[in-house]
Amino acid sequence: MAHKATLPLTALALLAVASPSFAQELNALVWCDHTDPALIAPFEEKFGVTVNLKEYEGTAAGLQILEQSQPGEWDVLVIDAVDVKRAVEGGFLAELPADQLPTDDFFPEVVMAENNMVDGKTYAVTEKFGYNTISYDKTKVDPADMQDMAALTSGKYDGRIGIYDYYLPVIGLVALGQGVNTADITADTLGTLKEPLMALRAASKQVSDVVSAQTALATGEVDIVVGGGEWLTAVLAADNPNLDWTIPKQGGLRWAQSIGVVAGSTQPDLALEFVKYIVSPEGQARLATSSCYWGMPANARAGDALSVEQREILRWNEQPEFLKRAQLYPIPDAALDTAMQDMWTEMLNQ
Amino acid sequence: MGWGLVAPALLWTAAFFVLPFAAMVALSFAHMEGREVVRGFDPGNYIRIFTDWTMLKALLNSLEITVVVTVVSVVLAYPLAAIIAFRVPVRWQRLALLLAVLPFWTSYVVRSYAWLLVLGQNGVVNKALLSLGLIAEPLEIAATRTATVIGFVHFFVMLLTLTIYANLIQLSPNYARAAADLGAGRWQTFRHVILPLTLPGVVTGAFLTFVLCIGDYITPQILGGNAELTLPQLIMLQMGRSGNFPLASALSVVLMAVVTLAYFASSRWLRMDRV
Repeated sequence: MAHKATLPLTALALLAVASPSFAQELNALVWCDHTDPALIAPFEEKFGVTVNLKEYEGTAAGLQILEQSQPGEWDVLVIDAVDVKRAVEGGFLAELPADQLPTDDFFPEVVMAENNMVDGKTYAVTEKFGYNTISYDKTKVDPADMQDMAALTSGKYDGRIGIYDYYLPVIGLVALGQGVNTADITADTLGTLKEPLMALRAASKQVSDVVSAQTALATGEVDIVVGGGEWLTAVLAADNPNLDWTIPKQGGLRWAQSIGVVAGSTQPDLALEFVKYIVSPEGQARLATSSCYWGMPANARAGDALSVEQREILRWNEQPEFLKRAQLYPIPDAALDTAMQDMWTEMLNQ
Repeated sequence: MGWGLVAPALLWTAAFFVLPFAAMVALSFAHMEGREVVRGFDPGNYIRIFTDWTMLKALLNSLEITVVVTVVSVVLAYPLAAIIAFRVPVRWQRLALLLAVLPFWTSYVVRSYAWLLVLGQNGVVNKALLSLGLIAEPLEIAATRTATVIGFVHFFVMLLTLTIYANLIQLSPNYARAAADLGAGRWQTFRHVILPLTLPGVVTGAFLTFVLCIGDYITPQILGGNAELTLPQLIMLQMGRSGNFPLASALSVVLMAVVTLAYFASSRWLRMDRV
């Protein structure tokens, strides 16, 4: 009798173990470059797990998703490196064991301890970086002109310019063009940037998201994209070798994205393994050449896993010079952020 | 028994419309302090919407685009629906309708990006006009309001064709015959008999077009190239970028108010049962 009773229970237990619905899953809130199966599949195969990925755009939207989720719902977060502190202040990120992260192999400039650490504790690690600068079609514009931001509003390229639709890097670039460092953008200096921003808008044809900006540049709709960079043109390089990018003499902006484990994750060990995979040379090479957009890997050892052509497209050998000339994104407080966005909105509806 | 049958629908509406709407209205009277939402009764968001030219212009842009799209779509869809209803043999009408709505089967976003390529400087439209010698220089269509309107019209002509067709086939041919017997010409028959009788279907389709068009941000975003902002784009900016949910809620309430006004303006002719 007892035997009869245990049989169904055993069968049920076996079913529970065998059922795919009980397989371990990792939930990651990411940017679109992480959704490339070529990046995720090796991790899933190695650990026998499913990685559920949700894309988001804009830190505000990402943090809002976390705020509205149940504790433990998310395991991994990819976030703009300059916004890590904001996420830590909101209690969204867990501390990472710094000794398990290969930051010694990173390009020194992108370790960004001042951004990824709070009160001496590491909460995120840089995974990818690149530049918001000027992308262009070298057969349609004079590459020498692209070395000077003043050329953009000189009248020579009116109606042939696209602007990347993200206020932080573009306002940062406008600031550099006016001789203002991104770290020095304040409520006072912001006022002086309005006129040059509006002048840039007047000279441009459109303000576009990533895909539209790529399409416009690839189809000849525009010849220049302000705010572009390797992330915009590298993925198009095979079909459009005429597309190029440069950092003008006034400088460019360096973007960087970080990855961390979400506070309250029910599987912090697996989440940490995912972070470690992403910053490993193999993960870094795959992330750098993601089908969504390319960018430089933070881990310099990823260079060994990239082909010569891929390193050329990423301008691997020019990184020391580029890193010297690039500044970080502006990091506005709430009031300055609101003022910057209001100025951006006004520019859009000019 | 009756209440039992409608209870699920009532509960659904209460849970997924009434309650969220009430929460949105309440949130629209909150304000931001830094990055924190401070609840209360502050009409500041509404005052800003109607005094800040950037916001007001977004509302006006949305209204202008929506009215133009609705009128153009009706003008194009009516003859198409009439041809399918009166000229295409009955046995082919289903196929004709299927072909008319075929573009519906494509993803909305993909279709918008496809239009971007078609309308571009090196796109099909410009290449055709250039090769025909009709223009000397490529037209600037992509990333303009014209592109937004074209993208919308392409979508809504399909919708309106369906609603107007559904109305037209319900008309007895005896109306036209009676008008002809009384000496009316074809134009007079259409003007004084067919059009008034099909007006409910036209207005219903036009109202649906108005509602869907004024609330859409994807088409202006992709095809308009951010050449100007519409109200839904402004709402998305407040939500996705600023995290200013109170202002986004207030803008959404204004958007709903505009739709409600459109409903009252057209309610005399609205006949959803004709769709």
